[in-house]
Amino acid sequence: MKDTGTLKITTPGDREILMTRVFDAPRHLVFRAFTKPELLKRWLLGPPGWEMVVYEVDLKVGGTYHFRWRNTDGTEMGMRGVYREIVPPERVVSAESFEFGCDTQSGEQLGTTVLNEQGGKTTLTTRLLYPSKEARDATIASGMEKGVKASYDRLAELLEKPEARAQSGAKA
Amino acid sequence: MGYAMKRSQRLDAVFGALADPTRRAIIVRLASGQASVLELARPFAMSQPAISKHLKVLERAGLISRGRDRQRRPRRLEAKRLAEATGWLERYRRICEANFQRLDSLLDDLKMKEERRKHCKS
Repeated sequence: MKDTGTLKITTPGDREILMTRVFDAPRHLVFRAFTKPELLKRWLLGPPGWEMVVYEVDLKVGGTYHFRWRNTDGTEMGMRGVYREIVPPERVVSAESFEFGCDTQSGEQLGTTVLNEQGGKTTLTTRLLYPSKEARDATIASGMEKGVKASYDRLAELLEKPEARAQSGAKA
Repeated sequence: MGYAMKRSQRLDAVFGALADPTRRAIIVRLASGQASVLELARPFAMSQPAISKHLKVLERAGLISRGRDRQRRPRRLEAKRLAEATGWLERYRRICEANFQRLDSLLDDLKMKEERRKHCKS
């Protein structure tokens, strides 16, 4: 059975998002790809049409990072954070917040990323803890809104597929 | 509890509104920009009052709103409500997965480079 690929994402609590993903690579490489700005720039792009224009990482406890993306229509979105804990190549804890255009997200989320290596493969687990359920939902919804604006075509496509509605109905 | 009730009622209204093919077609049309009732009625073999009825359902569900222009009263899409209803988690997952697929190929690159370096050293 293929166990790499396919991101699992769940909401174990009202204020949380939990993501797991297996990569076919040793964890020191995954750690490097998550913490080196010149590597982050190559994969952390978000929805189609966005490019990463600012990528600054000061990898130390208390150090900050700042990422900024720009859409083909000129809209920008950013993310700023402070590293709280760094244990190479297995664990990073940071407090971060998003910026959408001129709006800054109220309150920070705490992100804990853990890398486990087994047989040359690495399991990534990221837990995002938000100050409240409303903050979690609002952050995702406003991020989605930008993504939706950037690709209305795909939205139309989604609406035309009845199974997409059935799925989201089941989840709601 | 109060919040959860409100949310589920809101979703009921949204899914009820999206259950009709004419209303879905209206949403798809509004996704490419705001439009007046007349413009919205044009592609359908339907009277303006019939279209207005559909618009009222969409409006009640919060999926569309009215623009400022008093004469035309153009309708526009409320993207946030729609994103909420079409499953923000699934959309979020898809965006992250696209990132991680790029990361997969980057990691293949890094692995190859590391292998080559090992060979050169030995």
